Amino acid sequence: MILVWLLILLMGTGLLAWLVAKWSATLSRLISLAGTVMYIVIVIFLLVEYKQNPVGQKWTVSFTHEWIPTFGIQLKLAADGLSLLMLLLTSFLGLLSVLISWKEIQKRVGFFHFNLMFELAGITGVFLCMDMFLFYFFWEVMLIPMFFLISIWGNENRIYAANKFFLFTQGSGLLMLLSILGIYFIHGHNTGIYTFDYELLLGTVMLPQTGFILMLGFAIAFFIKLSIVPFHSWLPDAHTQAPTAGSVILAGLLLKTGAYGFIRFVLPLFPEASHQFAPVAMTLGVISILYGAKLVFAQTDLKRLVAYISVSHMGYILLGIYAFNEMAMLGVVMQMIVHGISTGALFIIAGMLHERIQTRDIEQMGGFWSTVPRMGTMAVLFVMATLGLPGFGNFIAEALILMGTFLTNKTLASIAALGIVASTIYALHILQKVFYGKEFKPRSIADLNIREMVVMGSLALLILGLGLFPNVLLDVSTSSVVALIEKVNSLNF
Amino acid sequence: MSEISMHDILSLLPMVILAGGILVTMILIAIKRNHLIIFISTLVILLASFSCLVYNVPETPHNIGDLFIIDRFGLYFQALILFSTFVVVVLSYISLKNLFPQKRKEEQYLLILLAALGSGMMVISTHFISFFVSLEIISISLYSLVSYYRELEKAIEAGLKYMLLAAMSSAFLLFGMALIYAVSGKMSFTGIATILPDMNTSHTIMVVAGIGMMITGMGFKLGVVPFHMWAPDVYEGASSPISALIATVSKGGVVAALIRFFLMANLYHFEKVMLAFTIITILSMLVGNLLGLLQNNVKRMLAYSSIANLGYILVAFIAGNNTGLHAATFYMTVYCIAILGAFGIVTIISQSDAEATSIENYRSLFWKKPILATALTIFLFSLAGIPLTAGFMGKYLVLMAATENAHWLLAIVLVISSVIALYYYSRLILVMAKPPDDSVNLAFPTIRLGGVIIVVLLSILVVWLGVWPEYLMRLIYNL
Repeated sequence: MILVWLLILLMGTGLLAWLVAKWSATLSRLISLAGTVMYIVIVIFLLVEYKQNPVGQKWTVSFTHEWIPTFGIQLKLAADGLSLLMLLLTSFLGLLSVLISWKEIQKRVGFFHFNLMFELAGITGVFLCMDMFLFYFFWEVMLIPMFFLISIWGNENRIYAANKFFLFTQGSGLLMLLSILGIYFIHGHNTGIYTFDYELLLGTVMLPQTGFILMLGFAIAFFIKLSIVPFHSWLPDAHTQAPTAGSVILAGLLLKTGAYGFIRFVLPLFPEASHQFAPVAMTLGVISILYGAKLVFAQTDLKRLVAYISVSHMGYILLGIYAFNEMAMLGVVMQMIVHGISTGALFIIAGMLHERIQTRDIEQMGGFWSTVPRMGTMAVLFVMATLGLPGFGNFIAEALILMGTFLTNKTLASIAALGIVASTIYALHILQKVFYGKEFKPRSIADLNIREMVVMGSLALLILGLGLFPNVLLDVSTSSVVALIEKVNSLNF
Repeated sequence: MSEISMHDILSLLPMVILAGGILVTMILIAIKRNHLIIFISTLVILLASFSCLVYNVPETPHNIGDLFIIDRFGLYFQALILFSTFVVVVLSYISLKNLFPQKRKEEQYLLILLAALGSGMMVISTHFISFFVSLEIISISLYSLVSYYRELEKAIEAGLKYMLLAAMSSAFLLFGMALIYAVSGKMSFTGIATILPDMNTSHTIMVVAGIGMMITGMGFKLGVVPFHMWAPDVYEGASSPISALIATVSKGGVVAALIRFFLMANLYHFEKVMLAFTIITILSMLVGNLLGLLQNNVKRMLAYSSIANLGYILVAFIAGNNTGLHAATFYMTVYCIAILGAFGIVTIISQSDAEATSIENYRSLFWKKPILATALTIFLFSLAGIPLTAGFMGKYLVLMAATENAHWLLAIVLVISSVIALYYYSRLILVMAKPPDDSVNLAFPTIRLGGVIIVVLLSILVVWLGVWPEYLMRLIYNL
């Protein structure tokens, strides 16, 4: 029941924030802040409970209720270690999104927070649902608020970006719906039980070809969400045009739903087809790593540049998922979290700069170090984290993924490792262009204020903490990951 | 034919009330022209007919000769038609007050009731004669309704276009019926079903040709591609409530009649016919949505949306069996609600002498009239099939019907065309979300509370059915 309350909390907060905005914008912000704080508290409480639970229990909390019994559709929510970690990330980035929008969003504050909260609710739903129909439902629910966030509060080219995002994800979602219906009927024909229940569908027996085609429906939807080359073209536009909070949620959470989809649905539902598909997927992953990194160099728009860094990092995630071993999969989980933090932080910095100098063009930046030392320090820290400097969480994640992949596919792992070199170069390139070098023109810009310091400081602490004590995070996800890998590899290839 | 018993009359009571109500309204107009009185009496007639229908649902189908059958399926569609008519009548009141304040108003209600009567009779027809007569009742009332504002050139043009094409399509329909009658000697649907299996090849060809011609006639009424040319012009020329009437009452009746005809006459096994339907369906979905992209006129856009949505319904119809027919019924219901709501908004924000048809009329509606804009967004999302709205459940059921019967081509075309459609729905939504531009300040008409209430109720219904569709699904599954 507590999982349902999480969703109700977010939606209720959103509605309330919308309603009170008529009288006071600040009250609307405060309500959203309170809502996200409560959300984070509940998630931490759930995590503590998870820690105390005996090992071997599959779900820490779950909730099942009839929704549309005629079709075997349930309101089935459940959380294991993996889901809880994703919820933690969601709640944390949600809280930050409210904080960073405090000054940036000045018009239609109520509707903004309504969309923000519904977006978080949709994402939470995706990470929790254990019913395929419900999954598709939430998958689409998280689309609409983001569409509004980009199209109303975005930058100059927002309409184009919003439409592109909408069409890409909606189209891919419908393909996934076809696949879901495919499994539903195959399972129904086989057993006589027509259900969308994820756990019942797990063992569905199907012809290899059918399985492969159905798997592709899912995979394309998740590729697009994960923005794997060649399905990535919506991402730079959406990220660049979205308001800062939108970019943070897009990069930090929406992309992760794609990765989560692979881990939770594609591999367990189609183990055989996934093994067949692995070489292709891993190659696409490597292409994403290198091609994304290459494109970073060509960008002059700071947010677009960070967006391509995301493309590159999502390549690692795909590579690790299809390596089919524990080490790589733990790396993937780690990467999902740390990428959310580090890229989120970079987007926040880009947003803060944009707010201050009204441009995202890095050709017009330079020499900010002396004027905004605090922001500069933070930027150095997160750029270093992004390039995978030891001591930061990103290093652990990338190292685990590459080592894990090396066990299965030496060639691809070696090529992928080149990505680290590229990321070092582009990371230094960013710092050189933005914070060092000559000043483009003298400007007086304010350094980080307390609110911004709180935001950046907490992000910095987290990323450092995860780098130094990765086990805290890895422990939580281990049991889910081990179970998954065992299941996928039990086919004896 | 046997004599008509009291029981027959009683089971036809909703339609009898409607027919009697039309006469009463006519007399009322003759006694004294008063817009409000006629409006209220129309609503009362509709409510009486509706409640009579709801409290009088038979357990088993009841045949009235060969002509009609009173069953739950027919009654469900009658209820849907009465509901749609009710909304159209309320919208007409607003439209008549806003658009032509000084001119004749009362006869419009008469004609609307007539269309509802025709459509209501059509969904229970089981015979070519009753089917054709009810179809003509709808057509004739629509001829005059489309060109009701005869002072407007567009209305006259639309009316003429509709009349010429409808007359031609009726001719096709009649010819098709004649061909089938020529070889089978039967005019009742079940009679045809009994004759068909024993036919020789040359006769079968005649039957297929006859069905083909009937499809032409019905396809015209449904406004599916390639018989859709009239739709955008007529929707644009007619006043918005009348466009809504065409999109719901007229099309809903034909869909039900089509389903009944194919089921009772057992025509699903004619592969050529089904192939023709498949082509019509694919074309409707693709052409409807592609042409929708080019529209700057909201009513034309809704016309194309309606073409594409009828395509989705036909997907379910082709899939056949129970899942398909239930999906078609469900989709028809949610489509009716959404399109009524959308035309309702157009009606409400229209000013006198000009309807709010241009997309520019909707600029920054979100910030000027947030309730109306939210409602319109919900209707458009429902037409596009986005979750949390009824349209999503409808589309899901249609896709389910298509995949269950392995109509993969139809399912994939449906997916592709839905994505195309999103673009024009989102365009309108984005225009509504634009910040207010003070330089072009379009004055808004006074918004009538009744209109707002009905639109809000419809949008709540859309969301309710999108989140808890179980009730409606059960209702439909028990048909």
